[in-house]
Amino acid sequence: MTDKYAKIVSKGLGKDVAKRLGLPQPVELRRHQPGAPLIDGPVLVNGDSRGADDLATALLGWGLDVRRHALPKEKLGAMIVVLDAVQHPEDLGKPVLTIGASLRDLAPNGRVITLSRTAGSASGPASAAARQGVDGLLRSLAKELRAGATANGLLLDEDLATTSPSALGALRFFLSGRSAYVDGQFLTISSSSGSLPFDAEKPLAGKVAVVTGAARGIGAAIARTLHRDGAKVVLVDVPAAGDHLAAVANEVRGTALQLDITRDDAGHRIIDHAVERHGRLDVVVHNAGITRDRLLANMDEGRWQSVIAVNIAAQLRINEALLASEHFKERPRIVSVASTSGIAGNRGQTNYAASKGGVIGMVRLTAPLMESFGGTINAVAPGFIETEMTARMPFVIREAARRANSLRQGGQPRDVAEAIAFLASDAAGGISGEVLRVCGQQLVGA
Amino acid sequence: MAAADAPAGENTGTPGTHNTHAGTDGFTSGEQSKGVKGTRAAVIVGGNRIPFARTGGAYVKSSNQDMLTAALDGLIARFGLQDERIGEVAAGAVLKHSRDFNLTREAVLGSALSPETPAYDLQQACATGLETVLGLANKIKLGQIESAIAGGVDSASDAPIAVSEGLREILLDLNRAKTSVQKLKVLARIRPKDLAPDAPNTGEPRTGLSMGEHQALTTAQWKISREAQDELAFNSHRNLAAAYERGFFEDLITPYRGLNRDSNLRADTTLEKLSTLKPVFGRNLGSEATMTAGNSTPLTDGAATVLLATEEWADSRGLPKLATVLDGEAAAVDFVHGKDGLLMAPVFAVPRLLARHGLTLEDFDFFEIHEAFAGTVLSTLAAWEDEDFGRTRLGLDGALGKVDRTKLNINGSSLAAGHPFAATGGRIVASLAKMLHDKGAVDGRPARGLISVCAAGGQGVVAILEAA
Repeated sequence: MTDKYAKIVSKGLGKDVAKRLGLPQPVELRRHQPGAPLIDGPVLVNGDSRGADDLATALLGWGLDVRRHALPKEKLGAMIVVLDAVQHPEDLGKPVLTIGASLRDLAPNGRVITLSRTAGSASGPASAAARQGVDGLLRSLAKELRAGATANGLLLDEDLATTSPSALGALRFFLSGRSAYVDGQFLTISSSSGSLPFDAEKPLAGKVAVVTGAARGIGAAIARTLHRDGAKVVLVDVPAAGDHLAAVANEVRGTALQLDITRDDAGHRIIDHAVERHGRLDVVVHNAGITRDRLLANMDEGRWQSVIAVNIAAQLRINEALLASEHFKERPRIVSVASTSGIAGNRGQTNYAASKGGVIGMVRLTAPLMESFGGTINAVAPGFIETEMTARMPFVIREAARRANSLRQGGQPRDVAEAIAFLASDAAGGISGEVLRVCGQQLVGA
Repeated sequence: MAAADAPAGENTGTPGTHNTHAGTDGFTSGEQSKGVKGTRAAVIVGGNRIPFARTGGAYVKSSNQDMLTAALDGLIARFGLQDERIGEVAAGAVLKHSRDFNLTREAVLGSALSPETPAYDLQQACATGLETVLGLANKIKLGQIESAIAGGVDSASDAPIAVSEGLREILLDLNRAKTSVQKLKVLARIRPKDLAPDAPNTGEPRTGLSMGEHQALTTAQWKISREAQDELAFNSHRNLAAAYERGFFEDLITPYRGLNRDSNLRADTTLEKLSTLKPVFGRNLGSEATMTAGNSTPLTDGAATVLLATEEWADSRGLPKLATVLDGEAAAVDFVHGKDGLLMAPVFAVPRLLARHGLTLEDFDFFEIHEAFAGTVLSTLAAWEDEDFGRTRLGLDGALGKVDRTKLNINGSSLAAGHPFAATGGRIVASLAKMLHDKGAVDGRPARGLISVCAAGGQGVVAILEAA
């Protein structure tokens, strides 16, 4: 799944020509490497609220090179704009213009991260306007950044500290190479639940995680990433994919469970396998999905029903079993793979988009059901990801889809996996019912 | 089984190994356990095989080592055995290249198991797979090892082809020749007939008859009808297809090279279709020939593995305990002089094994009788039902008994699945262990299954498994 264009315009003549013609110039994104620093270069924490001070102190505790004011000509690894106390749109100007003046010093693959509060919990119209204003601001800024830099925002519910566990966890995720293909997105922190890992390199140590559709593509990448982060992984896929499944299972030192997830007893089979073999069950990643594309005018019942059955009905049924199980009560995590098609729609994918939109609806209404025992459920919506599936698209359509995002390139399966691994971690305990897009800020849709 | 006391490296498949077995008669598993680290059972944790492919099909480019490694890796993935040092792995192949002198060890080294896992090859014709299970189970019972993987593999597609005996002698002489003149003299001995390759066949060295022709003699002797053979073949296909449909093989098979199911399976076959096939064996016996390609097993490629362990080993890893290996027995017949049919040795092994445990055929819930040919199974059943045979040949008061046909090969057998010689034992043991586990207890005793596998050279190996 190579992106030849990206290679040609990365150096030499290709680079010059692309620059002169104003062609897209994707750069190789900074991705997480175990043992590598969280971020290269100083981190500017902008803002004069109490929340900004507390955050700066926390970042110093991580050993980061923290700046409260930009130094002339100094390259910055990241800029964090703390807007937790803005009351009126007029309050936005000063902090925003301050970082604007330093934007040219943002290093390639740098980060801009805003911290603000959810507009829904605002005390009045002016406060809501200021908070909602951050949304438009952040999404626009993300589109202005170049060279692999991204801009993402944290939204804190009322009264939540900027240093609540999940705020710090999400901040860490956004600063790191784990969020390489997440751009122009917000994550809402709705509670002070969650805890930061003892070992930041192994945030899933001691956890048992199930990944469906793990034989190849994004599912295999999820299994690898969860394993890298310390989890014991149970890999599920249909019996027909068993050979690929076994290969991935052996690679990540997990167990392979050949199972059709549309079977009535799939949830129980998954729980039994995890508990009997590995003693517990902490994380379930609903990744298995199929496409049966047709324009609706040509859609037959088989194509429609099979997509609904695999992509959403099976998840609902498995979740019922999980929620009823005594083995899924210790701060469990469910992460579902949705799709930008389920948000923005996609020609020829009415069935697929219905199923993926369904995943988002399911996640929102399942979240409250898991709250009492510290459980969370979230969805990740991938955009254009370089997989065997997208490699089969016609060339012109693939090229268009690949470039139609702020990072001017397709994402890698591991980019989706990183977002899932974060949402599966203890650090994300304060995040539930959310949909995180991993799409490089795709230009279509929300 | 006698092979258990043969250390690794001495298992060269000498047929004489089993002649020593008579000396161990009456040595039950219960007695075996006494005094050796207390009583311990050898449990079957589970199995894995690749789908069996008709020769020249999906696995035409796969070697025995490729297939055995694939079957092992599927087993490792199913049970999370990566980096595990297994007590011992034993497997074998019937059709074997000389380069595969360490086939099983090489497969282990290519798998995800710890490279510190020892392995040995075993060869006992079609009984190879079952014999690896019995030998390793005995090692576990004796306290020598805590875990084991038994298995077998065969490829008729990638069969070894040898040079002719004449050419082989010439080439060896050539290697010994010192001067150029000597070498030329040796080379001049080569004649065109020496260049014809020597392909393996299923013929018996001492009779020159193929296995099918041998079975045709037995089938005729026991007056097994064409209809009965076709019906058995039909049931095999129907039962195997039904087992696939209800997902029975989901945790027994891992696909390989694009194959998800045994390629010999004809789910849509009918008795009518089977009845139209022309006989291929026994056409010159005088009586009507009854054995067709439909009621005989085709040449097949494939591999199968079985994970065995002590209860403690399985428990400590949260692994299932499907069944225990109660005991096994080998037998051989004098087919060379025509005293018994080539594939009739299990007929003698089973009564000896039953006697050792005070059991009758009515004490079993499942019978897995390997379908080399439909005629083999039916001749075996006929011999057991024959009072005269029971008295004169088996030394019993009458007939051994009747096998309840509703308990016979209920998830299909070799006629439908195919029969990659050494892989068949592993296929049967893993499937039967799962059936026993699902059945659980019967009348307050563990569900019980009998396995019978006939083999070339007039041999046969049988075994009893019980639900764990």
